[in-house]
Amino acid sequence: MTEIARHEPTTIYIKPSTGLTALNLRDLWTYRELVFFMIWRDIKVRYKQTLLGAAWAVIQPLMTMLVFNFLFNGAIAKVSTDGIPYPIFAFTALLPWGLFTTALNQASRSLTSNNNMITKIYFPRLVLPVASVLAGLVDFAIAFVILIGLMLYYKVTPAWNVLWALPLFLLLAIITALGVALWLSAINVKYRDVNYALPFITQFWLFVTPVAYSAKIISAKWQVVYSLNPMAGVVNGFRWALLGSGSGPDAALWVSVGISVLVMISGLVYFRNMERTFADTI
Amino acid sequence: MTTAIRVDSISKRYKIGAAQGKFRYGMLRDVLVDGITAPVRMARALVRRSNGEKVVPDNYIWALNDVSFDLEEGRVLGIVGRNGAGKSTLLKVLSRVTEPTKGTVTVRGRVGSLLEVGTGFHPELTGRENIYMNGAILGMKRAEIDRKFDEMVDFSEVGQFIDTPVKRYSSGMYLRLAFAVAAHLEPEILVVDEVLAVGDAEFQRKCLGKMGDVAQQGRTVLFVSHNMSAILRLTQEAIVLKKGALIKRAPTPEAVDFYLASGQAETGERIWGVEEVPVASAPFRPVTLRIKDRTGKVVDTVRSSEPLSVEFEYQLDAPLTGLRVGFYLSTMRGEYVFTSFDTDDARLYEQFGARKAGRYVSRCTLPADMFNEGRYSLGVNASSFGVRRYFMDENALSFNVDVSGAPGMQWPEMRVGPIRPRLDWKIEKVD
Repeated sequence: MTEIARHEPTTIYIKPSTGLTALNLRDLWTYRELVFFMIWRDIKVRYKQTLLGAAWAVIQPLMTMLVFNFLFNGAIAKVSTDGIPYPIFAFTALLPWGLFTTALNQASRSLTSNNNMITKIYFPRLVLPVASVLAGLVDFAIAFVILIGLMLYYKVTPAWNVLWALPLFLLLAIITALGVALWLSAINVKYRDVNYALPFITQFWLFVTPVAYSAKIISAKWQVVYSLNPMAGVVNGFRWALLGSGSGPDAALWVSVGISVLVMISGLVYFRNMERTFADTI
Repeated sequence: MTTAIRVDSISKRYKIGAAQGKFRYGMLRDVLVDGITAPVRMARALVRRSNGEKVVPDNYIWALNDVSFDLEEGRVLGIVGRNGAGKSTLLKVLSRVTEPTKGTVTVRGRVGSLLEVGTGFHPELTGRENIYMNGAILGMKRAEIDRKFDEMVDFSEVGQFIDTPVKRYSSGMYLRLAFAVAAHLEPEILVVDEVLAVGDAEFQRKCLGKMGDVAQQGRTVLFVSHNMSAILRLTQEAIVLKKGALIKRAPTPEAVDFYLASGQAETGERIWGVEEVPVASAPFRPVTLRIKDRTGKVVDTVRSSEPLSVEFEYQLDAPLTGLRVGFYLSTMRGEYVFTSFDTDDARLYEQFGARKAGRYVSRCTLPADMFNEGRYSLGVNASSFGVRRYFMDENALSFNVDVSGAPGMQWPEMRVGPIRPRLDWKIEKVD
C-alpha cells in the first residue's frame, strides 16, 4: 500500500458489444494466468477425497477397454482390426475419446458451477470452458503412460511420423471438444436441459465414432457422412499415428478438420453473444 | 485533474422474468412452445391493434435509464436511492459484471470491489493456494501476488494455517483471508456496496476503514449505502438515483437533503408498483407494507420504548387455501431476529386458512421494549406451507430504532445484540 501510481492505468471502455469485434480474444490472453490457475485448481481438486485418486484416469479407459474386448473381440462379435491386437486397438481410441467426453462433461458445467464468480466479477468468461477442456489433458497424459506400456507389451512400434501427427490429432481433438463445449456451456447457462441431454449426446456420439470398431466396416456410400463427425477423424488419426492402421490423412480427414473448426468458430461467436447476459440469466 | 470514470448515457434493460426468476431457469420447452405459437400471437396482436386495443408491452424493466456522469480521479462519490433505483446495477456495469444495453462507460484503471471477497475460493485448497487463485480471478498478475503475499498473510492473521485447506478454517479466518486478498488488489477505482455487504459488524467496519484508507491515498471510490450518516461522513459528493435515472448530483449534504425531502427515501412504507411484482407470484399481489408508530402515523424511525405496528396489504386475484402471510425481521447485517405469520394462531388459521379473492390487510403489533438501537430489515413472505411460495421479498422495507427511553440509557454506550428487552431485575442482599 506504499506505491500508488506504479504504472499508467489502462483505460477500459464498457459498451454493448456487437458482432465479431466482441470476440475480444486479446482479453483472454491478458487473463492467461487465470486460465493456468483454473486448470491447476481443477487438477488439484478433481480427485480430492477419493480413495483411488488419479488412478481413476487409468481405470476408466482400462475398464472400458476390457468390456469392449469381451464384447467385440469374441463374446458377441469379432471386430476386424487389421491384425492389431484388439486391446491396444481399442485403448488407442479410448484415449482421445476419454479426453473428449471429460472435456464436455466438465466444460458444459463450468459456467453454472462457477456462477458466484460470474455474478460478482469481471473476467473473460471464456476462461472457464477453456480451462476445463485443457485440464483434461492431465488425465490424458496419465492414461497415455498405460498405452505406452501396452505398446511395449504387444511390441507395436509407431512410425516416425507419430512425432508430428500425434500432437496435431490431439490438437484436433481439443479444438473439437472446445467447440462443442462452448456451445453446451453457453446454452447451459440459460437452459439446464444440457445436463440431462449430455449423457445421451456422448453415448450417441460414441456409437458413431470408431472407438470399439474399425472405421473400415462403414460402407463406402456412408463414408462421407461418417467423416462429418470430427471425432472419427481424431480416432482414425490416433490409430494411424500410433499403430500404423489405415491409410493416413485423406480427404475425409480434411472434412473432419473443416467441421471441427466450423464448430469452434460458431461456438466462439455464440458464446460471446450470450456472454453479455450470463450474469443476468445464470 | 483527470477523469477516472466517464459514464455516457448508459441504460440497462432487464427482462422481468429473468431478473426475478432466481429459481426458475429458462426451459427449452418454453422456447419451443413460444416459437410454435408466435405466429398465432402475432396475428392476434395485429387483430387487436386494428381493433384499437392496447397491446401489452413486453415484460422489460429499465434498471438504468440514460445515466450520465463524470468522476474525477481521487474523488469519493456517494450513490443513494431506494431499493430498485439501480444503484447495484450501476456498480455491476462499472465493474463489467454485466453489459449495459445502451451507452458507454470509460474507466481509467482497474475496478475493484469489496464485494468480491472469497470469490473463487475452493474449500479443498489451502490458504496459500486460494490466495493465488483468488488473486488471479481478481486480475492480479502472479508477480504481483508474490510481492504482496507476505503482507496479505500478515493482514489476514492466519499465518500458521496458511498451508491448511480452507475448509478447516473458522468462518472468521476464512473471511479475513478473503478480505486480505481483496484489500490488497489496490485498484485505481474501488466500488463499495454497503447494502450487499456480508459479514459481521467487525468485518463491515474493516471494509469501511479500508475504504477510508483508499480514499486517503487519492484513489477513486464509489460508495452505495442506505445509511445517510455514512454517506455524509465518507463522501464529498453524491448522486441520487430514482427508478434507474440520475435525478440529482450535488455536494453530499445537499444531495442527502434532496433525497430525504423528495420523499423517496425509506419512509416506513413500501408500495409495490405493477412492474415490481413477478408474474410468477399470481394470484398473490403485494400492495403496500407500512410501519406505524403508536399513534398510527407511518414512520421510518420508531422508538424502542413504544410499540409499533406492521401492516401488509395485498390482493388475492383468486381464492387461496392454506395461505400464510408474514414477515422475517432481520438486522441490516443479515442476522434473523424472528419470523412470524398471520395464521400462526390456530384460530386465525381456521378462519383464514382458505381465503376468497379480494383485498386483505394482515396487521400485527410489536410490543414496546423489544429492539435495540439500529436499523432493521423487514422481509415479507406469502406461501402455502409445503405447497408453494407465492411471493417473497427478503428486504421489502427497513426502519430505524431509536433507543431514547430504553432501559440502561444512563450509560452512553452501544449495547450489543439486536434486542433490548426491559427485564424484571431483582437485587437481593443475601448475606
